[in-house]
Amino acid sequence: MISADESAGGMFRRWPFFQRLLSWTKPYAPFERGSREYERYDWNSLLPEEADNRALMTTIMDGTSYYPSRPEMERNLATFAERTKLAVRYGCRWTTTRRDDDRWVLETTDGEYRCQVPIFAVGVSQPWRPAMPGIEDIPHYADTRPAETYAGKRVFIIGKENSGFELATGFLQWAKQIVLASPSAAKLSINTRSLVGVRARYVQPYEDHVLAGGVIVLDASIERIERTGAAYRVHTRRSDGSGDLPFEVDDVIAATGFTSPLLDLPRQGVATVGRNHLPAQTPFWESASTPGVYFGGTIHQASPGLRKHGIPSNSGGVNGHRYNGRILARRVAEKHFGITVDKPVVAKAEVVSYLLREVTSAPELWHQKSYLARVLIRDEKRGILDDGILPLQHFLDSGPADAVAATLEENPAGDIYPVLYTRRGGVSTEHDLAPNPLHDFRTREHEAAVVDALTGLFL
Amino acid sequence: MRSAPDDITETLAGLAIFADLSRPELERVAHTLEERYFAQDERVLRQGLSGSGFYIVLEGEAAALADGRRVNVLGRGDFFGEISVLLGEAPVADIVATRPLRCLMLAGDRLEEFLKSNPRVCYRILQAEARKLRNATRRST
Repeated sequence: MISADESAGGMFRRWPFFQRLLSWTKPYAPFERGSREYERYDWNSLLPEEADNRALMTTIMDGTSYYPSRPEMERNLATFAERTKLAVRYGCRWTTTRRDDDRWVLETTDGEYRCQVPIFAVGVSQPWRPAMPGIEDIPHYADTRPAETYAGKRVFIIGKENSGFELATGFLQWAKQIVLASPSAAKLSINTRSLVGVRARYVQPYEDHVLAGGVIVLDASIERIERTGAAYRVHTRRSDGSGDLPFEVDDVIAATGFTSPLLDLPRQGVATVGRNHLPAQTPFWESASTPGVYFGGTIHQASPGLRKHGIPSNSGGVNGHRYNGRILARRVAEKHFGITVDKPVVAKAEVVSYLLREVTSAPELWHQKSYLARVLIRDEKRGILDDGILPLQHFLDSGPADAVAATLEENPAGDIYPVLYTRRGGVSTEHDLAPNPLHDFRTREHEAAVVDALTGLFL
Repeated sequence: MRSAPDDITETLAGLAIFADLSRPELERVAHTLEERYFAQDERVLRQGLSGSGFYIVLEGEAAALADGRRVNVLGRGDFFGEISVLLGEAPVADIVATRPLRCLMLAGDRLEEFLKSNPRVCYRILQAEARKLRNATRRST
């Protein structure tokens, strides 16, 4: 493992700007810290094999918030790296990439590295700006000054996602006026029922807008930005076609998001997707256009899975991609190094209760709804085997083996419910189970539904 | 095909169903839809599975396969998935990328709001559906 940073957790020495993360760790939860079930309530700890190093974040946070501060998150990662004795070469910056027969060669500031399988976990933290006249002359979110320097200023923020609303929240007690503008309406996480959208912590500016309290949230395209002496003139055009709207402001900030530093990977054939040009990936986080190149960490958000009912994965956060990482390690081991993992036998009499226990408390399924699934397969010699947690999309599009995948899904009404996908003779069938207001699916009704779905397959 | 287009708005402006939109309206649409990339042979929609979305092809080619039988070929500017979303039913065909495919996607539960807030796009889609119906009627008579 090589890293351009000088130590672990480099991103958290810079962002988020206003200090606290959006991912929580609840020290007190219905399950014991360090247990698998507890991971559902701890979004920030990484997943070691050794029990002693689990739920590390709970030992680091000072208890003043269930959102860790930047230094706490940095310490969490550094502690993990130290205690698990990860071999990392820091201060080693990847510069170019090339193929040499069956090897990838990474040129770095510390010489050349050769490998069969590169995994690029370079984050989504390089400032990105859309094409827009004048945007090159204004600071990006990453260049925001200390909040008090905006005292009495009129601040125009381009972008209405979390980073824009985070800045607006931090400026509320300082700025004279705050304008947040982008072409489409702001999405709130409580409406999208996902981590896509402005998180509840940052909704205060939106309420100020609704109550006409000095914040303006505007749906408009930014036509151009002009410098006028010490100020700026921002020319906007309303998205509803109701005309142009110019703003005279003291500061403009581009909260327009981040991309990944892919360097020369596009020249190696790596296709990109979306406004932020992230690498397009297969369900196993391999480049969709350049086989053998893999990605790790938050870049996994560009492998969207099924997006059933529009619900995205949580792969843009530690709570989601930490599970993808385990699967990725297994995939690379199996596909490129011929290493197979053991698939334990599940007794026929245990199948129903096992699946219901998984959909009730498996953290992988709760953090990655309709994205990851518990998979059981039928083996002619050994019986029913546990194939582990796998990408649901892979399950639906692979192999003829008789099998079942158990996952959790959410419909547009906000109901969360288990779904079984059975595969017989290569044909997949969906079985939606009933939701439960307490999210406990270990009921007689659910048992009967699972038995019904698996009869003739496993039972 | 390798890189995502720098300006989705420009790409949208060249598609028939968005032909009536002004620049600000195109920008709003571009920010509403999500770009997706599918490798060759990857499935986009799955026959019989719920919770799908509405897709517009930007680049590449896909085939519609009903029970494994090819029933249609889709290319730039074509759209699919709207029937299952509007009827609240699972798709009746697989959609499979036959070449690397770049699409815009809208989650199914947002299609109604999208069509209501973009009546000119809705009208263009209706025209396209009318052509499909006419052609299907001709084929069956």
